[in-house]
Amino acid sequence: MNARGRQPRDPGRSVWNDEVQDVRAEVRDEQDLAEAVRGARGPLRIAGGGTRGGGRAGDPVACLSVAGLSGVVLYEPGALTLVVRAGTPLAEVEAALAGQGQRLPFEPPDFRALLGVWGVSTIGGVAAANAAGPRRVTAGAARDAMLGVRFVDGTGAIVKNGGRVMKNVTGYDLVKLMAGSRGRLGVITEVALKVLPAPEAQATLVLSGLDAGRAVAAMARALGTPYEVSGAAHVPGEGTYLRVEGFAEQVAYRTARLRALFGGEVVSGAGPWAAIRDVAAFAGRAGDVWRVHVKPSDAPAVVARAGADGAVLDWGGGLVWLLTAPGTDLRSRLAGIPGPAERVRATDPGDGIPALPPEAPAVARLTAGLRAAFDPRGVFAG
Amino acid sequence: MIDAPEALKVYECDALTARRCPPLAAVLPRSTAEVAAALKLCHAEGVPVVPRGSGTSLAGGATPTGDAVILGVARMNRVLEVNTADRYIRVEAGRTNLSVSAAVEAEGFFYAPDPSSQLACAIAGNIAMNSGGAHCLKYGVTTNNLLGVTMVLMDGTIVELGGPWSDGPGLDLLGVVCGSEGQLGVVTEATLRILPKSEGARPVLIGFASNEAAGACVADIIRAGVLPVAIEFMDRPCITACESFAKAGYPDCEALLIVEVEGSAAEIAQQLGLILQVARRHDPVAVRESGSEDESARIWKGRKAAFGAMGQLGDYICLDGTIPVSALPQVLGRIGALSRDYGLDVANVFHAGDGNMHPLILYDANRPGDLERAEALGAAILRACVEAGGCLTGEHGVGIEKRDLMTVQFAPEDLEAQMRVKDVFDPAWLLNPAKVFPLAVSAPRRKRQAAA
Repeated sequence: MNARGRQPRDPGRSVWNDEVQDVRAEVRDEQDLAEAVRGARGPLRIAGGGTRGGGRAGDPVACLSVAGLSGVVLYEPGALTLVVRAGTPLAEVEAALAGQGQRLPFEPPDFRALLGVWGVSTIGGVAAANAAGPRRVTAGAARDAMLGVRFVDGTGAIVKNGGRVMKNVTGYDLVKLMAGSRGRLGVITEVALKVLPAPEAQATLVLSGLDAGRAVAAMARALGTPYEVSGAAHVPGEGTYLRVEGFAEQVAYRTARLRALFGGEVVSGAGPWAAIRDVAAFAGRAGDVWRVHVKPSDAPAVVARAGADGAVLDWGGGLVWLLTAPGTDLRSRLAGIPGPAERVRATDPGDGIPALPPEAPAVARLTAGLRAAFDPRGVFAG
Repeated sequence: MIDAPEALKVYECDALTARRCPPLAAVLPRSTAEVAAALKLCHAEGVPVVPRGSGTSLAGGATPTGDAVILGVARMNRVLEVNTADRYIRVEAGRTNLSVSAAVEAEGFFYAPDPSSQLACAIAGNIAMNSGGAHCLKYGVTTNNLLGVTMVLMDGTIVELGGPWSDGPGLDLLGVVCGSEGQLGVVTEATLRILPKSEGARPVLIGFASNEAAGACVADIIRAGVLPVAIEFMDRPCITACESFAKAGYPDCEALLIVEVEGSAAEIAQQLGLILQVARRHDPVAVRESGSEDESARIWKGRKAAFGAMGQLGDYICLDGTIPVSALPQVLGRIGALSRDYGLDVANVFHAGDGNMHPLILYDANRPGDLERAEALGAAILRACVEAGGCLTGEHGVGIEKRDLMTVQFAPEDLEAQMRVKDVFDPAWLLNPAKVFPLAVSAPRRKRQAAA
């Protein structure tokens, strides 16, 4: 999983020069990148802003930095459209949008502290990871905001798909395939995004004293109201949070209606959402970190069976973050609860527990087939 | 299975009625297992299969070829599960779009994508074409509301993609299946996101002295931070035709917008206030607000009658190109010039908020050469959409109608990348093989199969 973020913990250092010794080349443009991929004699490691953390000393994998593919190509606030090169720092993108009173719909998280990595998040990394924060429940993930991509595949071909318009069903949707592909099919060089107006106001209703079961039920009820709840999270022992955003009068009206249903206290302003988005509760704490995708009503069972040292429920319970003892085989504990569980931080990556969940044989065959089709030489297999 | 020639007539075309061809046979399975059995048999025999939902495609997505079997999922239309706590519904893919919303309406929910054909069109076809509708600006299209599918590959393998949760670490196979026009697999069941209904909705109608003013107003509304559920645009030819047909009492002007917002009464009033404040900067020649359900219905009356009104004027081709909202005035000007060049009238009615145009080219099917001239004008308009930074099709799909124009939008490497996806899902190129890609471009892959 790629990590992202806007304020580097140590902005003065470049991870590529100091910590990773295997930087071989920095590409200047897409053409350059395509040539480098065509000329690759072995696996390549692709570095955007360096938040991926990889690159161990003595690593034989050649590294290509695409941080030079940077800059806004087109921004039309009146059309809610932004086209940006993949190496552009996320912070730069967010600043450009904020200047026009707009924002990325999907609230990309900053997992650097959680994962203990450095570097600068780039929009290409955000796209390749299909990032999504608490607003996933109403605004979707990066995939849902991505209108178009350009990428270089493993044969060195430059491919474009989608476009810059809101509705486009012309040919196959490779944009979705590239979103969340984590560099397995190609290197994203440019992304076109749908952006949204930033709301005038936001507020959070805080409910106290609920266990996971009652919290998930309350969140389900809230997400089923017409009040457009744009965040529904539960931190056991801390609180249950419901967010509304919009025009100031609208936020006042909606929080009042929600409060009439659930009680609780209203907190105006940003509230706890950055910490929930970034899973700040687990940063710096020992143990393995798991990310479990389930249907929300299964979340209480996940928490009960995991026996974890910590839990954070986002997306109304649809996303469960767990902090477990090192080497815990969470998947066997959750057997019978459908949905993928990924270990995103391992105390010992060599403990035999795979980071990614197993895929059904037919799905695994399709995935392997697509990887072979887009990257027949295994350039991106490293 | 149906193979009597007279019974097969039903399946010889979809809503692109200008193209017809009887299939070899049609099969109407009742379960995923029956779909798998039918596909396995066709795969073994090397017989192409054309999947069909309700046959409402305007692009010829379900048009058969003479050597193909039609596989219709219309008999698979059950609701399998409703779960309002987790906000999803699971249905068999032959179920119609509107009846999905109907199944959850009593609980206060709805299924957001709402193509105009929603009374008849099937979820299977919606997934194949990644269908949209009038409310996409706020709620997205099919791909944004699809959580999972059960799908049968051409060789009969049954796969489950996604499920009643969001995202996951694997490749987004569901995302590439949605919109693949039935070329990657036959979807038999779908898990769909459902949303709570809003407290209310109200439209406002605003008339302008020029297309340019209306187009600029759309961009300014969006910039003002309001996100209406719909912004519909009609130009003068369309207004005139609707007026004489539906008598909705629309103002006599060059262009009009119908903008609809949602929320409580106070929220609606506030948003409409902002919209009108923006609109007044563009010198509107008419503003009609709604104070009641009845007045709202009258504002929508002409728009909803638009296609019927056009039908009264004669035959028409409905295009579907999408353009950047900022290019609206320029592209409308270009369409006007092309219309004069080809000597055929074009009326425009479309979803302006997301730039999805629907130019309607009027022609006379009984006049020799008129259809060909109309198709040529359509191709020229779609080229203009691509040149303006847009695309050939926003929600109808490529089908057979626009396959030869794909090279206008895509370079050979772009099409090659897409066809490689089909190679993986359907190595024999038997599933709906003659669609989407220009025949000359897909020929080597289809011939490879025929020779094998």
